[in-house]
Order: sequence, then C-alpha cells, then structure tokens
Amino acid sequence: MELANTLIDWLRPDWFLNLVVFSDNYYRDRYLAGLVTKIQLSVLSIFFSLIVGIIGAAVQGAPSRTLRVLVGAFVAFFRNTPPLVQLYFFFFAIGTVLRITGENGLPQPLVSNFGWAVIALSLFAGALNTEIFRAGIEAVPRSTVEAAEALGYTRLQIYREIVLPLAIRISLPALGTNLVNLVKTTTLAYAIAVPELLYVSAQIWSEDLNVREMMNVLLVSYVGLVAVLVWVLHRWEKALRIPGYGE
Amino acid sequence: MTWTPDQPIVSLKDVHKSFGTVEVLRGVSIDVMKGEVICIIGPSGSGKSTLIRCINALNDIQKGSITVEGLEVNDAKLDKLALRKKVGMVFQQYNLFPHKTALQNVMMAPIKVLRQNRAEVEQRARGLIAKVRLEGKEAAYPGELSGGQQQRVAIARSLAMNPDVMLFDEVTAALDPETVKEVLTTIKDLAAEGMTCILVTHEMGFAREIADCVYFTDRGVIVESGPPATFFDKAQDPRTQQFLSQIL
Amino acid sequence: MSMIRQDAKAPGHLAVLHPMRLHASALPLAERMFNLWTFTALILALAAFLIAPAFAQDATPDDRSIVAILLEWTPTLAGGFAFNVLISILSMAIGTVLGVILGVLQVSPISPIRSIAWLITQFFRNSPWLVLLFYCILLIPFQIEIGDTTIPFPGWIKATIGLSLPVMAYMSEYMRGAILSIPTGQWESAESLGFSRRQIMVNVILPQTVKRVLPSWMNLYAVLTMATPLVSIIGISDVMTLTRAALSAEGRVDLLIPMYLYILCWFFIYCYPISAATRRFERRFAVNT
Repeated sequence: MELANTLIDWLRPDWFLNLVVFSDNYYRDRYLAGLVTKIQLSVLSIFFSLIVGIIGAAVQGAPSRTLRVLVGAFVAFFRNTPPLVQLYFFFFAIGTVLRITGENGLPQPLVSNFGWAVIALSLFAGALNTEIFRAGIEAVPRSTVEAAEALGYTRLQIYREIVLPLAIRISLPALGTNLVNLVKTTTLAYAIAVPELLYVSAQIWSEDLNVREMMNVLLVSYVGLVAVLVWVLHRWEKALRIPGYGE
Repeated sequence: MTWTPDQPIVSLKDVHKSFGTVEVLRGVSIDVMKGEVICIIGPSGSGKSTLIRCINALNDIQKGSITVEGLEVNDAKLDKLALRKKVGMVFQQYNLFPHKTALQNVMMAPIKVLRQNRAEVEQRARGLIAKVRLEGKEAAYPGELSGGQQQRVAIARSLAMNPDVMLFDEVTAALDPETVKEVLTTIKDLAAEGMTCILVTHEMGFAREIADCVYFTDRGVIVESGPPATFFDKAQDPRTQQFLSQIL
Repeated sequence: MSMIRQDAKAPGHLAVLHPMRLHASALPLAERMFNLWTFTALILALAAFLIAPAFAQDATPDDRSIVAILLEWTPTLAGGFAFNVLISILSMAIGTVLGVILGVLQVSPISPIRSIAWLITQFFRNSPWLVLLFYCILLIPFQIEIGDTTIPFPGWIKATIGLSLPVMAYMSEYMRGAILSIPTGQWESAESLGFSRRQIMVNVILPQTVKRVLPSWMNLYAVLTMATPLVSIIGISDVMTLTRAALSAEGRVDLLIPMYLYILCWFFIYCYPISAATRRFERRFAVNT
C-alpha cells in the first residue's frame, strides 16, 4: 500500500551512510562546539536566573509597596508573553538601539547575540523562579519563624538559617522542572543565530543533506543533556533530604 | 461443579494469603449456608478485611480454596463477571461514583454490565432506593448526602445486581454514631428477607442480634466461632475472652 | 487495619516539609503580585516606551507618529495573530486527544504497553519544542497517498502537528497523575459491581479526571499559545513573520521597540486572562478534592 511505502521510506535507516557528524572530523568538531555553546548558554542562564529569582523573591517580601508592584509587573510580563518574542525584543529592538561606536567608527552592538540570549533567558526563567522561591519561602510556617524569634534570632539570621534552607528544599521539585524547561528553551537562541546545537546541526544538514540522521542525533543529544540535568537535580535533592520528613 | 442448597454457599478451606513476606491469612476455613448471617470480628490487623476481599476476588490467595455457589474463586481462569453477579460488596468508604446521582449509581451496573432494559432497571432501582428508605433522594449527588445515606445507596447499588451473597466490610466504621443505626436497620431487613450476609464489623450488639454464627479472627487464623449466645457469654479461648473484655 | 481515618499521616510527617503545593498557594501570591497597581504600572511603562522614541534624537524626519504606524499595521498583524490562535487551537485539540489516550495507556496493567507509553511521553516531554517543529517540518512528507486520495500537508499543518506532540506528552502526564489520584475505592467498588476495566475507565474514572486536569490543561493552552511564534522560525508566516516584514518595510529604528512591545502586549492580553482563570479554577477544584 502507498501509505506503507511512504512510512517505510521515511523510517529507512541509512545510518551507515550518512552519520558524518561522527565520521568526519570537521563536522564532529563543529557539532561538539555547538554542544559546548549550548552547555555554556544553559549554565549561564541557569545561574543568572537563580540570582534573578532570589532577588525577586526577596524584593517581594519588601515592605515598600512600590517595589512589590514593580516585581509583580515584571513577573506577570515575563510569564504571559512568548519567550521567543521576548528574545527578539531584546536582540532586535533594544539591541539595535543600544549601540556603541566601535574602533572602526561604525556602530556595533553593545552586547553580542549570545549575551542577549543569556539576558533574555535569565529574565524569563528568573521571573518563574521568583514565584517558585516566593512560594517556597511562604510555605515555611509562621510558627517555625516565631519559634526562632522567641529564641532570640535576628531577622537576617532567621532568613539565612531557618527560612532559606527549608524554602530551598520545598521549592526543589518545581525549581527542577523550571530549570529543565530552561535548558529546552535555550534552543530558541537559534533564532538569533547563536551557534548552539540546533544551529550547527542545521548548517550540517543543509550542507550534507542528511536531515534524518542529524535530527536523530540531535534529539538523542537533547534527551541526553536533559537526562544529565535531571540526574544532577536528583542528586542535589537527595543530598538535601532530611531523613524521616517530607514525602 | 454445580451447587445444591444442601452445600455451603460460600466455603473457604485452609486459605493462606500473604502480602509480600507478611502472611495475613494463615489457614482460614469457614462454611456459610444459604440464608445464614455471619459476623467476623477481631482486632485490627487480624485479616478480617483481607478475608472478605478474597471471597470477592479483589485479592488473590496463595494456598487453599474458596468456593462461592460452585464457582472456584481461586481458579486463575475464573470468570470474574459470573462471580460478581453472585456476590455483592459494600465498602467502609461507600465508594459511590461522585459524578452520578444516587439513582444513576444504582442503575449503572445492571444497565452496563447485565445489559438489562433501562426502563425495567429504573423501576427496580427506585424500588431499591425506597427499600433503603431514601425515597426523594434519587436525584441527589453523593456529595449532597450524609455518610449514612451514602452507605445505604451503596447497599442499594449492590442489591441492584441481584446477588446471592452480600459482603459488608466494616460498613459502619466511618459513620457518626447517629447514622450507624439507620444502616444497621437496613442490613437487618436484608437478613430477615433471607439474604446470605457476611459482615466484618465492630458492632458487637448488632452481631449478637442478627448473626447466626460469629467468628473471631486473630493474627490470620480463626480462633473461635459459634452462635452469639455461646460466643459472647461463654467464650472458651483466652484470646477471645481478652478481646471481648476490651470491647464489651 | 480498619482505620477510621484512612488518611492518617505517616509518622514524622511535618507540615513544614510538605512538598510545595504551588497551586494551592498561588492565588494569594498572584493576587498580591498582580493587581490593579501592577497593571497600571505596566500600561504606563508601555505608553512611555511607545511615546518616548518619538522624541529620540536619531528619529528620521517622518511625519507619521509611532502610534499611527502601529494602527496602520494593526489589521495585518491581527490577521497574523489570528493565525497563531488558530494553530494553537488545532494543536491543543490534537494534542489533548492523543494525550488522553497516551495517559490511559500509561496506567495499563499490561507492562509492555505501560513502558512504551511512558517512553513516548518522556521522549516528547524532554525534547525542545523547536527541535520537534524542525523534525516535523522537514521529515513529514509533503503529501501522503492513501488508496486513491492524496492528503496534502501544507507547512502550517506540519507545524501544528509538531506543536501537538509536546502537548500530547504533557497531557499524558497530567492524565496519569489525575487517574492515579482517584481513590482506589472507586476502582474496587466498580470492579465489585462487575464492570470491565474499559467500562470502569470510561464511565467512572475519566469523567472524574476532567475536573482535576482542567487547571493544568488551561495552563498548557497558555504555554502553547506562547510557543506558536516558534513557527515563524521554520518558515510559516505568522504574526512574528509579519511583524519583522513590517519593521523592515518601515525601516525606522524608533519603531523597533514600540512594535515589539505592541506584539508582546497582544500576547499578554490574550494569555493573562487564561492564567488568571486557571488559578481561580485551581483554587476552586482543590477545595473540592
């Protein structure tokens, strides 16, 4: 039947023929470079998004109403708009306006596309982290905080010694999910020509016409990356676990 | 094998059941004749609920045999549908379907499982609801009914399948004391009509009132059994005596 | 064994270390974070961004104002946005149907079916949406012939299928969680009444999962809508493609920020009510369970 033929055609493994990414040194180096870029992008974005999240959560508890409103607006904005459009906004809109004069007298962008990708992704994930951290902090019961106060702790000590450790453990599952999503979202950097994994793969398959193989290698790489991250988060969660408590 | 009324309608012979390495039933044998009312009592963890669930094939057994009206329950190739048509079960947590009204709860199984005619089933269902003294509540959802009312709907729902044996697994344990009585009255009426009932219960007074035979289980075995008169007043085994002294 | 309170807590279970129920506490948090004040702040910021560039020093001497240009392009952009919405609705429909099936398979008593369903779910959950889109746009044939009929697959259909795959995976997970959260008593009493497994699933379990899955489902739709601009990267003409075409047609630097903000606002206005409604439903349904 025609349909069967089409399906078999589609699935036919020509692995041996065209896995240049493994066989050819040049391609392999490019692929690995793309992988490294991807890892750099992910690590930096995770790091900065955590910072943004912590600052945001701290400001959320500030007495000043203006500050709370500002952070609220920031979170609502980044949560309810498409990350791709945010990325374009930063790179094309703000990036174009923010130019400095380079050595040769022509205007150059202040921040590279890689930089903008990190900024946009960090803010996006940071907004989500703010909510997660805030919910974690608030999940620590008042009675525990009061007990600490009764023992004579100062506010800062309470925050550092009691609230934060508990809040981190409580937030860990949701935070883990968010960070995994962040690693997946870094793929968007393709749209602004950051040479990460997808971009490099697209170059390779346009040169070598081995789309199927590249896509499969790509998918396996992504699943592998995510699996590594999930494993790391799992180990972290285990290390922080308090025996006898929790679920 | 075909069953005749002179044989026990439910027969358990040397039943052993383990959950993993923990042996919960360690050789239980019970014979129930048609029309009898049996009460199983005992401390928590003695295997009462497990026992009754094995009769209905909700748990499988490792050793021994269970026969219900000629059907071998422990047979791996058992036709479960045939078994469930003969045996009705009412649970401690009522387990009514929350997204259906009381009437729909009662009507669902005969229509979908027995493929009976809808109009007939509806008429019979309304009769059953009236029998458990809940006329007027046909259109209520389980969330709108009290615990005792829900339990009575659950009884009506099991009766709708026209079973020959009814199993009751601590059906009043989750109810307020005021509503316990209304459920027990319903069960009493059923027993008086000749339904074979096997109850796991804490209600000693009720057991004394309606049971033909009381079984005491402890740690997976039947320690003592007998008609209520001898059982409650002249218990032989020290474990039975200790349990009764704590309860009564 | 015959505990009256069957939800007795395990020993040592402290409230302080409940796994965080982001949903239950999300509404008060969000109420405080986003209310009339923050909304006003956002609108003012938007207005400032729209108006300020008009005073920028390197603005070209064009007599049309920014607002006028935006209004002029609005009908075209609205068409593009409607296309995004169309894609999101179709993807959601396909993904939901497939996801429910996959979720039911994930709780199948037959071990190989369960494993395969789990694998499929995990695979599509952990793949970036953009990569799945590429996969579909490049590898789905441009038409399939079944018997005599030829079914064409235009680009946007492939993109819709590509977006429905992660939706399917997420729905599968939600359904699995919802099915597993139905008390076992429901299964047992239905089984005691003689229902077959298929009958139990269709008549008893799935109807009860609808309520539990609804908030997550709505949230998923919002996330999906925000993912639809991705199709512009693989060559489908949606609102982002049109926006960039408009910007290059106008060629004005001071239009960049306002126009992108304009598009961001559209998405915001579309998605925010969905998020708000989601939180309200979560609260309402959480109380009932």
